[in-house]
Amino acid sequence: MTISSLIGTSSELTDSTSAKTAIVLMTRIRLARNLAAKPFPGWARPAQRAEVRQVCREAVAASSPMKRALSVAVEDLGELEKQILVERHLISRELSGATQGSGVVISKDQSFSVMVNEEDHLRIQILRSGFQLKKAWNAINELDSSLEADLDFAFSPTLGYLTACPTNLGTGMRGSAMMHLPALVIGGQMEKIVRAVNQLGMVVRGLFGEGSDASGSIFQISNQTTLGESEEEIIKRLHSALQSIIEHELNAREKLLEADAGKVFDKVGRAYGILQNSHLLSSSEAMNLLSLIRLGVDLGVFSDSYRSVIDRLFIETQPGHLQYAQKGQFEPGQRDLLRAERLRSEFANLSRPDFTFASPGKN
Amino acid sequence: MTNPLKCNLCAKPATVHLTQIVNNKVHKVDLCEECAQTKGVTDPSGFSLADLLLKASLNPEPTAGAVRCEQCGFTQSDFKKQGRFGCPACYDTFRDMLAPMLEGMHKGITHAGKIPQAALQRKSLYDRLTKLEVELTDAIRSERYEEAARYRDEINQVKQSFAQKPQR
Repeated sequence: MTISSLIGTSSELTDSTSAKTAIVLMTRIRLARNLAAKPFPGWARPAQRAEVRQVCREAVAASSPMKRALSVAVEDLGELEKQILVERHLISRELSGATQGSGVVISKDQSFSVMVNEEDHLRIQILRSGFQLKKAWNAINELDSSLEADLDFAFSPTLGYLTACPTNLGTGMRGSAMMHLPALVIGGQMEKIVRAVNQLGMVVRGLFGEGSDASGSIFQISNQTTLGESEEEIIKRLHSALQSIIEHELNAREKLLEADAGKVFDKVGRAYGILQNSHLLSSSEAMNLLSLIRLGVDLGVFSDSYRSVIDRLFIETQPGHLQYAQKGQFEPGQRDLLRAERLRSEFANLSRPDFTFASPGKN
Repeated sequence: MTNPLKCNLCAKPATVHLTQIVNNKVHKVDLCEECAQTKGVTDPSGFSLADLLLKASLNPEPTAGAVRCEQCGFTQSDFKKQGRFGCPACYDTFRDMLAPMLEGMHKGITHAGKIPQAALQRKSLYDRLTKLEVELTDAIRSERYEEAARYRDEINQVKQSFAQKPQR
């Protein structure tokens, strides 16, 4: 399988419509694993990294979710291909910057990806659209157990799975949800939420992880600690934190509609107008407009079927995907032209917003 | 106030005071305006107190001598620079330095999650095999042939259970 066929194939994130929810766009879990008695990637010599990569890639590619998977060395990927994989959340920025001896194996439906020689020997990841923490855990747990049959993981009875950074010790597990929280942003409550979530031992980040901004009102919420609790306990805690954020967002929507419906309708209506008529759109403006249309869908202003269109466009209007679709180099200015053109055509047939029965809806 | 709090990262007067509760333990950080900005404390989209605490705990000079991991040659000052370890054995080598750090970093200090059963079983079989082979050589050398035969049978048994283990 090649990168281009991967982009052409339908994937969990861009095409799944079954589990779409109003607030949680996607669920993700990753496990950090290392091979016993081998230096961690950041400290290993090139020959050791190459050896670990070979052993890991073979074991991963032989596992059952990875039938007909894409398995590549990072040095064999072009800049654009790497950027596309980052935009699809299939590899990290750190891996895309790796020079030698790293790799990735991506399942055909792009729900599993295993990075080799990132910060740890293995970073096993599962993506599921919608709010599916438990299902995601069951699936990744199964893959992890099957890899165990071939690989000896570094493990200590007291400290659990041993990882390059002590912040990942124990379960090596980071569960996260991508949440769309426009009403909390509009109502200026996000800072309060971030503080409350931090106190629960959870971390809030932007769409593309550490240091990225929160354009489109999309936030990533994940557990901060990995040692001292079982995977199930962490997931339960994360689940209830997410559940309470969902409730806060729904309340905020209700309040906005009660107190200032005109302001919300104005934002949604303008977003509709701009998406149908503009000729220059930056990435972050596009994200914010898409976010407002998604809010409109949730409020019942637009048809439900547009939710998955928007989720796909969140990814496909990123710079790498636009450039790939154009098949060639172009200036950043031209990129904004192309983005606007793409969005005009996607939304040309979206019927006018109907605000008569707007309601906060349910998740 | 004659003696204002100093920033945990540089020595300037601290104006940002942050408290986070993890597992009923209170963690406090005092920062100056500048460090708070650069560490993203004021940025709602990306801030983790654990990362900050980790880095702050790395700042004081190491008191212990130059401890070096026998497996990979990693030293304490390497950890100070990188915030990452060199290999799995480092967790044993730097146990004393690590213990106080873990308490602030995690919910507990003892693993309570998944155990790689298959890998551990394989390791204990492998260890047993190695031990039996040493004893077999020993027995043959000192001409204890009856014992040697018993060791050989046991070795065959262990090898068989290796072969029987389903690969996946």
